[in-house]
Amino acid sequence: MADAHTEAVLESRWSGGVAPYAMGSKKLGMWLFIVSDSLTFSVLLLAYSYLRLATPNWPRPFPFSPAIIYATVMTFFLLSSSLTMVMAVANAHRGNHRKTVFWLMGTMLGGIGFIGLHMREWFHLFHEGVYPWTNPYGVPLFGGTFFGLTGMHMLHVSIGVIYLGIIAFGFGTRKFSSEDVEVSGLYWHFVDLVWMFIFPLVYLMSVKF
Amino acid sequence: MSAHASEAHAGGSRLYLWVWGWLLGFTAVEVYLAYIHLAPTLMLTLLMGLSVVKAALIIAYFMHLRFERLSLFLTLWPAAVFCILLILIFFFPDSVRLRELRPF
Repeated sequence: MADAHTEAVLESRWSGGVAPYAMGSKKLGMWLFIVSDSLTFSVLLLAYSYLRLATPNWPRPFPFSPAIIYATVMTFFLLSSSLTMVMAVANAHRGNHRKTVFWLMGTMLGGIGFIGLHMREWFHLFHEGVYPWTNPYGVPLFGGTFFGLTGMHMLHVSIGVIYLGIIAFGFGTRKFSSEDVEVSGLYWHFVDLVWMFIFPLVYLMSVKF
Repeated sequence: MSAHASEAHAGGSRLYLWVWGWLLGFTAVEVYLAYIHLAPTLMLTLLMGLSVVKAALIIAYFMHLRFERLSLFLTLWPAAVFCILLILIFFFPDSVRLRELRPF
């Protein structure tokens, strides 16, 4: 279903010139966005780690059960949604519209499950008096960095779910090409990748003894 | 590398299942490390090592970079990694210094 322009770009195989990367501009654009976004998250993670190192009484608010177990289930949801996403992309390239939409729906479900569990955790922390600006541990910066970092990630997941919904609708109604599905997949995997750093740095390093 | 579209999607599903299995396995190891309470420095080193491996697996297979042209990888990631290392080198030692300077 790739349009004529994309076909032409993909067919120019000689190194350099018209298409040095042998891919459409949408996909290259998404890759460039991902690299810039990876720097955004790196800086947030580094700021969190910096403050944590520089603060002697940094709190460890996550007991292994249930907080770490919940975070592990959230990780499972995201990893599995990445698997359903590659299935969607593979089916999209085969031109199988119904299966693509099915796997995209599965990916969205994984994302929604992740957001649900994450919100549950946030509300549990609110209940314990942990807010972005204050907390009972006497280290207000914990809330600022924790909610800033996980909130930024959850924003990405939420946008991803909406994005995948639009792509599923557009691909199901034959408006979008398989390249569009692939590009949305790149975004989704990146959101998964970021969690692979937040999970150990923010949760596993802060298990309550 | 050029015929990536057909080649990588052909026997794809089983490869993706394997990658998913490895990612889950590494995650399980990470959670186990948190369960047995290692010394923070050793723990951080192991966790970051595992995370980098997981990130590489996701980028290479799920995001398909292994099957794209090498020029794409060379354009995107060395510069980004270099930026991150620069932040680490010039900015991070200061955090330890701050802690040491504390009066209590």
